[in-house]
Amino acid sequence: MASKKNTIKLQFNSSRNLAPAPESKSVAKIADKYDLFINGKFEKPSSKKYFNTINPANEEKLSSIAEGNGADVNKAVVAARNAYEKIWKKTSAKERSKYIYRIARMIQERARELAVIETLDGGKSIRESRDFDVPTAANHFFYYAGWADKLEYAFPNRKPQSLGVAGQIIPWNFPLLMAAWKIAPALATGNTVVLKPAETTPLTALKLAEIIQEADLPPGVVNIITGAGATGAALVNHPDINKIAFTGSTDVGKIIQKAIAGTNKKATLELGGKAANIIFDDAPLDQAVEGVINGIFFNQGHVCCAGSRLFVQESVYKIVLQKLKDRMESLIVGDPLDKNTDIGAINSKQQLDVIQKYLKIGQQEGADMFQSSCNIPKKGFYCRPTIFTNVAQSNRIAQEEIFGPVLAIQTFRTEDEAIEKANNTPFGLSAGVWTDKGSKIFNMTSKLRAGVIWANTYNKFDPTSPFGGYKESGFGREGGLHGLEGYLKV
Amino acid sequence: MTELKTIPDFSLTPRIDQVGIEERASRFTKRSIKNETKINGLKLALNMIDLTTLEGKDTDGKVQQLCYKARHLHDAYPGLPTVAAVCVYPSMVGIAKKALGNSGIKVASVATAFPSGQSSRDVKLRDTKFAINQGADEIDMVISRGKFHQGEYNFVFDEIAAIKEACGKARLKVILETGELGSYDKVRRASDIAMYAGADFIKTSTGKISPAATMPVTLVMLEAIRDFYYKTGKMIAMKPAGGISKSKLALHYLVMLNEVLGEEWMNNEWFRFGASSLANDILMQLMKQKTGVYQSADYFALD
Repeated sequence: MASKKNTIKLQFNSSRNLAPAPESKSVAKIADKYDLFINGKFEKPSSKKYFNTINPANEEKLSSIAEGNGADVNKAVVAARNAYEKIWKKTSAKERSKYIYRIARMIQERARELAVIETLDGGKSIRESRDFDVPTAANHFFYYAGWADKLEYAFPNRKPQSLGVAGQIIPWNFPLLMAAWKIAPALATGNTVVLKPAETTPLTALKLAEIIQEADLPPGVVNIITGAGATGAALVNHPDINKIAFTGSTDVGKIIQKAIAGTNKKATLELGGKAANIIFDDAPLDQAVEGVINGIFFNQGHVCCAGSRLFVQESVYKIVLQKLKDRMESLIVGDPLDKNTDIGAINSKQQLDVIQKYLKIGQQEGADMFQSSCNIPKKGFYCRPTIFTNVAQSNRIAQEEIFGPVLAIQTFRTEDEAIEKANNTPFGLSAGVWTDKGSKIFNMTSKLRAGVIWANTYNKFDPTSPFGGYKESGFGREGGLHGLEGYLKV
Repeated sequence: MTELKTIPDFSLTPRIDQVGIEERASRFTKRSIKNETKINGLKLALNMIDLTTLEGKDTDGKVQQLCYKARHLHDAYPGLPTVAAVCVYPSMVGIAKKALGNSGIKVASVATAFPSGQSSRDVKLRDTKFAINQGADEIDMVISRGKFHQGEYNFVFDEIAAIKEACGKARLKVILETGELGSYDKVRRASDIAMYAGADFIKTSTGKISPAATMPVTLVMLEAIRDFYYKTGKMIAMKPAGGISKSKLALHYLVMLNEVLGEEWMNNEWFRFGASSLANDILMQLMKQKTGVYQSADYFALD
């Protein structure tokens, strides 16, 4: 038996494939065409141009989306300014919170529809959009609705004042949730909003526009402008914006910071990450492996705080790797609408190309690649869950954000080495520590330079908890009491 | 068993994170089991049942009826599998053995001063040997939880090893009585002790203590089995018992088994449900799948 030791492997046969269990699409009402949401109404874009949004799971067109240009952005900012000066500024905090509560409840009421649309447009599994994205989005509105009339308690002995018009640009990885992260605190603090969703995933933000319309929020308080990079640039450069809130890539974050330098615009930037997930030999290993899986394969790895670097103490490296590989074999990759799918479709062709580029780079650099043996659909954008071993700090796959289901694994010997390697990155958004020893957790968490650090868990989010990064991961905090500060003069 | 020469220090068994294990266990319940997967799963679950009666008032008649049920679960549904085994007290083994005849259904007997285990080693060994002599194919023993809580792991280990020896060819199921152990860490430790001492099965509960089997507890034990397999290449079987009375829950357990240990464990040599009312619920679901409508409980025999 001893000679068999290295070959012992669990069998996860395909004969146990689960029968399809697709969520019904009928609940999702998607119009053929969506216009810009300005001043409480849907308006045609002045460019008269529309672009397609597709389902990345099968590359089929879902709808045509208006492309907003500078003139449209200006219209939206003017609407937001008017709404701010004439209505929202004068609306009592209690009234504001009523609207926000109403939006939260309406998101809950339409949770199923929103979840299906999120999955269709973005490619994430229905399990995640149903159990995570939509309920967490509603929770953000509920949470900030509660703050609206308590701002003076949040910042005692000051008189917190709203800023004015907030320009908000959100990414494609959590379209509805990011819209909630941005809009809820802005409204609670008395600001008005012009929001630009990502071009590949505009649908749930537009559904949110419908909800906002139905909730009778005064016209112009929230405006939603769809489009690509140029639309975002027009928003950032508009002179009558008081605050820019951006979540997205570090490259674009740098452009924004240059653009607003020398202006009065406040900003919060939530950018990329290359988080270290650190497993010590005294950790509960099976739960740690599960945390690694959740850390890197959640939302196909399209998560800025994804645990994309794994550090394992050398004494448990072999067993962790064995457990990780076996666990990866039990992941189901495929149709995002199927309730059993663990890993859905990559958000876009463009992103799939980026991921595949890094898979090549990793192999060229000499790292060993392992992918689970699952089948993936022929049509649509998919990537098997992937890990790289034999990786060093100097490998590009250990340094650069891949934003896909790709994990770079390294080993370490001591606590100090783990801290040094974990911090040896231009990013500083998040980290994870796995150990059974409380004192070690405190030592690690006080020395890791990351905005969010999880101990014995990973990728946990709550509206009450602030989120944000250090260094090239951005600045400012969203969520919790801290999330109010970015929208107030205090 | 040469590979087991080094017995680990059981005070150092891997730790379990409570939040993590419960989260993982609940994730299995998110799987949606439909159509042919459901029917296959239900039939498999039926075939994994240890149909059980462990009452002070058990009689020859009751056991004979139960054995008939074991052989003829629901004759209105042709082609159904039988259950895996009938589980009884030692005094009923002879009756059960005779009633089951050459059906292939095993007779499992609880032993070792079941359910408390509070007796001498000598009594426990004789209890076991009596059941074996009566023809038991499998022995379900209980560990000495008191000694376990006192930290006397060697005592617990030696006792299991002694009973295993007394079992001869019969397969030994070691009941940890997880409801009395108090933490997942201790469930893991007891699992390791049992496996290293020679258990063929590890089993959650007697059914006499609440809580009995739960998904997180079973997951801890499945992961212990996996680690043991990684280390030694030896497969250990699993039996959650008590508290599993609904088909849906049984399917969740099978999903868990499949995703933790894989295909090789997906049969009744390596996995059992200790249950009495589960069978009828599965039969009801199977008939529903076949006919499209639910039938009342009166259409399924109570034995």
